Amino acid sequence: MAQRQSFQVGTGLFILLGFAALAYLATQTTSLANYSQGASYDIVARFTNIGQLKLRAPVKVAGVRVGSVAGIALEPEKLDAKVTLSIDDRFDKIPDDSAAAIFTSGLLGDQYVALQPGGSPTNFKSGDEVVLTQSSMQLEELIGKYLVGGDAGKPKPDASTDKK
Amino acid sequence: MTALRRPGLFTTGIAQIGACGIFLLHILRALPRSLRYLRETVRQVFFVGAMSLTIIMICGLFVGMVLGLQLYHTLSIFGGTAALGTVVALSLYRELGPVVTALLFAGRAGTSITAEIGLMRATDQLDAMEMMAVDPMAYVVAPRFLAGVIAMPLLACIFNALGIFGAHLVGVNWLGLDSGTFWSNMTSSVDVWTDVMNGVWKSAVFGAVCTLIATFQGYTTPPTSEGVAYATTRTVVFSSIATLAIDFVMTAFLM
Repeated sequence: MAQRQSFQVGTGLFILLGFAALAYLATQTTSLANYSQGASYDIVARFTNIGQLKLRAPVKVAGVRVGSVAGIALEPEKLDAKVTLSIDDRFDKIPDDSAAAIFTSGLLGDQYVALQPGGSPTNFKSGDEVVLTQSSMQLEELIGKYLVGGDAGKPKPDASTDKK
Repeated sequence: MTALRRPGLFTTGIAQIGACGIFLLHILRALPRSLRYLRETVRQVFFVGAMSLTIIMICGLFVGMVLGLQLYHTLSIFGGTAALGTVVALSLYRELGPVVTALLFAGRAGTSITAEIGLMRATDQLDAMEMMAVDPMAYVVAPRFLAGVIAMPLLACIFNALGIFGAHLVGVNWLGLDSGTFWSNMTSSVDVWTDVMNGVWKSAVFGAVCTLIATFQGYTTPPTSEGVAYATTRTVVFSSIATLAIDFVMTAFLM
C-alpha cells in the first residue's frame, strides 16, 4: 500500500507540474500577459494612417508601457482611423495636451503608440481625445521622398534622359 | 520461386501500417473497458510521465540554452537580438518542444513499453490473462496508450518552460540582453491559441502515435528474446519517423 501511495503521489505531482508549466507558458509568455491587470480608462486618438498598428499593441510614455490599444475603427465621415487607447488607472497624470504618435520598435519591430507628455495642468480622463497626433511613418513614402530629392512633382533632369 | 512467394519489403511495410491501424481501432474499442482499471492507468502515467521528467527537464534546459546561444549570435548579425525571446519561444512551442519531447519519449518510455509487453508475450502472460478472462487490450495496452496521450502534452509543456528558462539564462544572465526586452517582445508576439495550444495538440497526437507504435510492436513481437530486441529497435525507429512525418503534416494543417 505504501508503494501504491508513493506512485500516486508521484503521478499527482507530475500532472500538477505539467499543468503549472502549461499555465505559466500560456499566461506569462504570451499576449495574455499584456492584458492590463487592473482598471483602466479609455482615450481616443485619430490618425490619418495607422500603418501596421494592431489591437493590444502597447501604449508607451517615455518608453514605459502604460496601456494598450483597445480598438481600431475607421471614422466613416472623416475617413481617418479612430484608435482607442486603454490606459492603466495607475497612470492618471498624463496632461491632456499630450501628443500621440505611432512609432516602430526597432528597425523592423512591431508598432506602438507613444504619448509625448505636454504641459497642461489638467489630465486626460476617460473619453478624452488626443488632439495632436502623428501618423505612422510609411517606409515607402520615406523612400519616395528621398528618391525625388524632396521636391516632388518636379521631374529630375536625369530621369527623362534615362527613359528613352 | 521463394522470391516470388516471400512478400517484398514494400508489401510488409504496408501490411505493418495496416495492422497498426487495426490495432489502434482495437485500442479505441478497449478504452471504455479500460476505465475499470483506472488505477493501472495512473500507474502508467507515473511510469511513462513522471519517470521521464528528469530527462525531459535536463534536455529542455539545454535545448533552450543552445537555442539562446545560437540565435543570439545569428540575430546579432542583423542587430535583432531583441527578438531572441520571441524566436526561442516560437520555435520551442511550435516545433522543438513537441518533437524533441516525442523523440525522447520514444527512447525513454516507448522502448520500456515495448520490452515490457514483448516479454509478457514471450512469457505467455498475455495468454494467461485471457485465460483468466482479463482482456489484455483493456488491462495492458489501453492504459499505456491513455497514459501516453495524457503524459506527452504535460511533458512537452515542462520541456518548453525549461527551454524558456534556459534561453533566459543564456540570453539575459550570460550574454547581457535586457530582461524586459526579452519578455516584452515574447509576450507581444506569442499567442496562446495559435502557438502554445498548437504545440499541445501536436504533442497529444505524438503521444498517441508513440505509444501506439510501442504497444503494437510489443504486442505483436515474436515471442523470443531476439524478437523482443528487434521490436524495441523498431519502436524507436518507427516512432521517430512517424513523429517527424506527422509533425510536417500537422504543421501544414495547423498553420
